[in-house]
Amino acid sequence: MSDFSKDGYMNMELLRFTTAGSVDDGKSTLIGRLLYDSKQIFEDQLEAIEQRSQQRGFEHVDLSLLTDGLKAEREQGITIDVAYRYFATPKRKFIIADTPGHIQYTRNMVTGASTANVALILVDARKGVLEQTIRHSFIASLLQIPHLIICINKMDLVEYSEEAFNKVVEEFRHVSSKLDIKDVHFLPISALKGDNVVDKSQNMPWYQGATLMYLLENIHISSDENHIDCRFPVQYVIRPQQTEYHDYRGYAGRIVSGIYKPGDKVKILPSGESAVIKTVELFGENIEEAYAPMSVTMTLDRDVDISRGDMIVRENNAPNMEQEFDVMICWMNANKLQLGGKYAIRHTIKDARCVIKDIRYKIDINTLHRNENDKEIGMNDIARINIKTTVPLYFDSYRKNRYTGSVILIDEGTNETVAAGMIV
Amino acid sequence: MILYHLNHLRELEAEAIYVIREAASQFERPAMLFSGGKDSIVMTHLARKAFYPARIPFPLLHIDTGHNFPETITFRDKMVEEIGARLEVRYVQDSIDKGRAREEKGPNASRNVLQTITLLDALEELKIDAAMGGARRDEEKARAKERFFSHRDEFGQWDPKNQRPELWMLLNGRKHIGEHFRVFPLSNWTEMDVWMYIQLENIPIPEIYFTHERDVVDRDGMLLAYSEYITLKETEKVEKKIVRFRTIGDMTCTGAVESPASSLSEIIDEIAASRTTERGTRQDDKRSETAMEDRKKAGYF
Ligand SMILES: Nc1nc2c(ncn2[C@@H]2O[C@H](COP(=O)(O)OP(=O)(O)OP(=O)(O)O)[C@@H](O)[C@H]2O)c(=O)[nH]1
Ligand SMILES: [Mg+2]
Repeated sequence: MSDFSKDGYMNMELLRFTTAGSVDDGKSTLIGRLLYDSKQIFEDQLEAIEQRSQQRGFEHVDLSLLTDGLKAEREQGITIDVAYRYFATPKRKFIIADTPGHIQYTRNMVTGASTANVALILVDARKGVLEQTIRHSFIASLLQIPHLIICINKMDLVEYSEEAFNKVVEEFRHVSSKLDIKDVHFLPISALKGDNVVDKSQNMPWYQGATLMYLLENIHISSDENHIDCRFPVQYVIRPQQTEYHDYRGYAGRIVSGIYKPGDKVKILPSGESAVIKTVELFGENIEEAYAPMSVTMTLDRDVDISRGDMIVRENNAPNMEQEFDVMICWMNANKLQLGGKYAIRHTIKDARCVIKDIRYKIDINTLHRNENDKEIGMNDIARINIKTTVPLYFDSYRKNRYTGSVILIDEGTNETVAAGMIV
Repeated sequence: MILYHLNHLRELEAEAIYVIREAASQFERPAMLFSGGKDSIVMTHLARKAFYPARIPFPLLHIDTGHNFPETITFRDKMVEEIGARLEVRYVQDSIDKGRAREEKGPNASRNVLQTITLLDALEELKIDAAMGGARRDEEKARAKERFFSHRDEFGQWDPKNQRPELWMLLNGRKHIGEHFRVFPLSNWTEMDVWMYIQLENIPIPEIYFTHERDVVDRDGMLLAYSEYITLKETEKVEKKIVRFRTIGDMTCTGAVESPASSLSEIIDEIAASRTTERGTRQDDKRSETAMEDRKKAGYF
């Protein structure tokens, strides 16, 4: 860690990014390169992967081994599950989720992407846009990842040709015109050789744009948080069993969005009762203004009946409170979605049950068209469904609020998470 | 600084507290693993913050290998008393005496692997359905694959190829009878984050993290603390060195580093300049390329 400064460290922003793209397009190699060229690999880690590469008879150090940590991954040379890696530059601290490209493990890609601010979508310059590229781009847009960086990789294998780059850019634009994506960048790189990853490429004078590292350090992310709509799901009610705190009732949780401060008039859902915030605190310290994603404890001016799963909101800005709504889902289980079937559902920190009332359509990944006749929703399919829950949920649309707009469905028999859902 | 923007340490703190509160709510009998190392100390501090002014609503569980640094135990007992926490200790020695575990032989013998047996027995005996641990994803390549809520089957085993997807911050702790969860609130912290946070929050830590003189044995480039639990090989000798520890584990497999760092600030400078990971000081990870994955599959932390 060169240029380390303690003050700087205390004021860094956190950027979470994920990789995506088809199998073998170079995601893990890119992450390895990024860490290697920014001098974030430690000697013992490097030695270990050098040894391993030699044993396997590779001519170069296989940088993908830095994230492909499982035995099965190393044997097969593919990524199976998300690997998380961390690094910091003087500007930002980064959490990387390196995800698998293989279709069988799409659920792990969704796992890595669900919390990301930025997605790096890799495309092999020789192969262009593939079905998995489209699937992952579509998932990135569904998940509303605010920034996409399309890395056109393996430029070393197409003689660093501008034409080859432009051709893939064209292909991708054709796809992305059908998607809801706000901010897209295109970048010609070679993850293997390091072109335009941390250092500017000497092989592509025709490319005048930024390197990947420059983009990651400078993409504007502070506006990604929602500070308008106050949403505070009560996670835990604190009632100390100590005499000095006999009457203390603290409502603990993590602020999803909005700003809370003492004196604010609030409404409790589902009871609809009103109260005024007395304190917002953590560990006995009062917080003047609390905002997402802080974990805090609130006390109120009067005794109200509040339990885990209730939500504290502002009087004039309430979420929807309904039992029947539409959800876009990514299905993640070998057992197919059952129309009329019952599932457990989890929303913020609330558990309920639901029944699948309707399957509206399935997305055809190749054309991105809606197919209203195909109601077979299996592993990795994306569909719009209608559900009814046993109790009302307090939600916003996913477009408006990533955390009050998302749900997971759980199979009540196996307890597995079977779907990621975004409320429409 | 930008208004209404949490710096990354406070964001990690908020995330960890959320996970701890979730574990306390979703499980009937959670417990927090306490090893006496800096990560479990930080995790315990976060648990205090999560429920304050109430006490931590679950016990701390220490799996004692019997090969501890004495400073660790002194520190543990003082801390538990100060914060009013409940402490359960289970001993690897008892597992050996009962014939549940067999002591390794030879100079590299360690009880590190045996811990798993004592741990799984303790979870069963105390009916613990969620064990929180201070493991971080940046420590080791198999740990880099962990979820916050990590499912374990009825044999305590981890199936890394078939983990539940973990989406947004929606944590699914549902399980069948006999199964349990491992919960990792510090998943996203790095070693540097832990040290910066200890400084920021002024958290007490055992003295052996700071520089001191000690008898050590150089074994394959690793400086092991000399103690009655170490059998010397023929070519080895005991030397006095000025050292400190970067991680604290079992005495037989935790290496010291030569260092003059006597304050948190000096430790942080040292780590910022370091070219090796802290796990580089752990003999237990050097046994094979997949040593950690293999142990984790079997139920190790
Ligand atoms: N020539 C060349 N080869 C590359 C480049 N990037 C990656 N490769 C090679 O492509 C192969 C696959 O790379 P990985 O990084 O494992 O691909 P991946 O996208 O992570 O694959 P999955 O995670 O399994 O989806 C490896 O043999 C790499 O060495 C590049 O820029 N140029
Ligand atoms: Mg990969």
